[in-house]
Amino acid sequence: MNVACDIELQRKLTPGPDETLVFDAPKSLVDTPMHFCPGCQHGLIHRIVARTLDDMGLQERAIAVGSVGCSVFVYRYISMDCVEAPHGRATAVATGVKRARPGNFVYTFQGDGDLAAIGTAEAIHAANRGERISVIFVNNTTYGMTGGQMAPTTLLGQKTTTCVKGRERETAGAPIRMAELMAQLDGVAFSARVAVNSVKNIRKAEKAVRRAFEVQEQGLGFGFVEFLSTCPTNWRLDPIKANERVETEMIPCFPLGVFKEMGE
Amino acid sequence: MSLYMDVIIAGFGGQGVMLIGNLLAYAAMEQGLNITYIPVYGPEMRGGTANCTVVVAQEDIGSPIISRPKSLIVMNQPSLDKFQPKLEDDGVLILNSCLVRAEDAQPRVRAFCVPANEIANRIGSIKMANMVALGAYVAATGIVPLEAVKKSLGNVVPAHYAHLIPKNEACLQAGYDCIRA
Amino acid sequence: MADAVQKKFIKGNEAIVYGALDAGCECYFAYPITPQNDIPELMSALLPERGGSFVQAESEVASANMLLGAAACGARSCTSSSSPGISLMQEAISYLAGSELPTVIVNMNRGGPGLGNLGPSQGDYFQAVKGGGHGDYRTLVLAPASGQECYDMMIEAFDLAFKYRNPVLVLGDSTVGQMKEPVVMRGPAPRNDYGAEDWRLEGARGRSPRLLKSLFLEDNSLGEHNRKLAEKYEAMQKEARAETFATEDAELVVVAFGVIGRIAKSAVRELRARGFKVGLVRPQTLYPFPSALLADLARKGRDIGRHFLTIEHNCGQMVEDVRLAVRRDADSAFFGYMPGDMPSSDDFIGPILEALENRNESKEHKE
Repeated sequence: MNVACDIELQRKLTPGPDETLVFDAPKSLVDTPMHFCPGCQHGLIHRIVARTLDDMGLQERAIAVGSVGCSVFVYRYISMDCVEAPHGRATAVATGVKRARPGNFVYTFQGDGDLAAIGTAEAIHAANRGERISVIFVNNTTYGMTGGQMAPTTLLGQKTTTCVKGRERETAGAPIRMAELMAQLDGVAFSARVAVNSVKNIRKAEKAVRRAFEVQEQGLGFGFVEFLSTCPTNWRLDPIKANERVETEMIPCFPLGVFKEMGE
Repeated sequence: MSLYMDVIIAGFGGQGVMLIGNLLAYAAMEQGLNITYIPVYGPEMRGGTANCTVVVAQEDIGSPIISRPKSLIVMNQPSLDKFQPKLEDDGVLILNSCLVRAEDAQPRVRAFCVPANEIANRIGSIKMANMVALGAYVAATGIVPLEAVKKSLGNVVPAHYAHLIPKNEACLQAGYDCIRA
Repeated sequence: MADAVQKKFIKGNEAIVYGALDAGCECYFAYPITPQNDIPELMSALLPERGGSFVQAESEVASANMLLGAAACGARSCTSSSSPGISLMQEAISYLAGSELPTVIVNMNRGGPGLGNLGPSQGDYFQAVKGGGHGDYRTLVLAPASGQECYDMMIEAFDLAFKYRNPVLVLGDSTVGQMKEPVVMRGPAPRNDYGAEDWRLEGARGRSPRLLKSLFLEDNSLGEHNRKLAEKYEAMQKEARAETFATEDAELVVVAFGVIGRIAKSAVRELRARGFKVGLVRPQTLYPFPSALLADLARKGRDIGRHFLTIEHNCGQMVEDVRLAVRRDADSAFFGYMPGDMPSSDDFIGPILEALENRNESKEHKE
């Protein structure tokens, strides 16, 4: 498939006089091919984030904080100011950005190795301080970029390149549930776990991202959304089977829902 | 040679040795002199040992650390035992004779025995023995005018003790007179 | 602002705070560690009063990364710590250097390695001047020896950080931090952001988005970036500065920095009074190192067989840079005072006389 051609085609799809536009690409999303593997849901998550930024009119006021992992190229796909953080430190960097520019909208985009392993301290304490920042956390149960090693979110029994016989509780512990953990902290104004494996779940995800952004804008505190996402390449599954695995294996371990929501 | 003096002030924690170190430094600063002040605390806040080193000079001060002091104020016996051997020959020694054996002062130094606790107690409180010792020190060395020290009291006495400044002045004066009289 | 000038009798640590505030510091992030806690304590009281932001971070890893965020916004940011904490910051310092972001980091050096002790030390010289973290980069390093320099060098540090878009370290020790001296404070310093409005992040309103990063994956891009950084470090060399004392006819020049430098000055003064031809160079910038000044002294002192003695509060670190600087015409002996307590000038008299003696011997040998 010629990607450039496809984009060209999309541009031509402007509605005619008797047509109504029901879906288009968000303005905040850069019109460029993504580096993500086929069937990876990072792209979809970027689209949801970009759409929310558009809808809330935040693009020109937003400062994104990148992280390390498959999420590292956030700056290629989102059309806004961005600073790149060392591995795990995005919430600390975002704290610095928000403290320096309280009038800007600040969010991080982090994977599970980044936020739930090397950057746990930074994430928990930024949340506990109630930093007015929003965190988009992508949980795909593995270290995607480095080649599929065990992550803190890897399911029990799941085989990875550093647990070839499957993750064992006795030696590696059990998967960490960040959305529930965050919900325990007083500084967190919103914490939810969502998935993008079905249209219904995508709709819920859009609502959750909006709420996680709103609590920052309303000055209520820290906003957190955990996305369950696929990694077909490292899971050794085709995109359809990978999407099914979200429903059959991930959601039973990582229940979807809103774990905390502060009202205005 | 231009004016130069260094002093180690030592005693128990709680005797106010840091306070008079600061007070001397402020008075010297008001006189347009250079000063360095370094505190050394024992592990205990009170009852332990404490000392500070103050250097006062007209030219810029090199070392703020002094191994052979030109003068010494000792408020208790352990401080005399520790620091007197380091005092330069003919160095000024102010000794609180209420807590330090006067006969232990070596003949090679210029010792001034001041019953600081007793004088301070007579004026108001033994807590001001440090002021008596500093008054005596200023009289013995002439490093700064006594008036400059008195004027600087406001810089070191906490606001809630400001009403005690006149008594502190009286103690400084009494210590001074003890030497000059 | 003549009315803003005031003279205060304060600790070096307090002078650091007032210097940072007069330099326009807007964000301060730190984690407590002895012997510099006066700095975060005073900052927590004063910075919010002036509309700035104070965060007690969960670690030095976090505080240094908060600097990265604030610096990316062009804010005047600063942290302080002591040796073990500075080790934890090295990751972020590398990213700050790679992303070319201005910030100021104060290290009140204590004894090491490991937990070491709480006493003064110059054991972090290498870490400060040779990079510290991973990758090919440098940070500017200023070394105050007095309360006044603590204040002045903070103002200078913020200026240099923006001038070169680079992290600046202020390397003191627990003595300069705890010592009290009169410090003249001049009030808010003139502020120059050196065109930060062209790169800082503030939201892409009416312009294309900006990106601040240290990742360079495209072909040759990292090489180009490193070359550009190297050119910047070369341009920094003109900032090198040192105090010199009695060097004109000195047969032996003592080289020492920080408080050790001023203690050495007392020893040099005493020996001058006794008729010995000794002098002192006290580097005030450690990176860039005043190599040209030392090389010049070595060259001009060739005829009298001038030699050098480096004195440090460690087992020998700066001495390598001194030897490199004077290598064409002279050499440097070394005396190291071990960390834990402070030396007095008496401790340096012997080593200086010995170095002078050895120099005379080697001179006779040559003749």
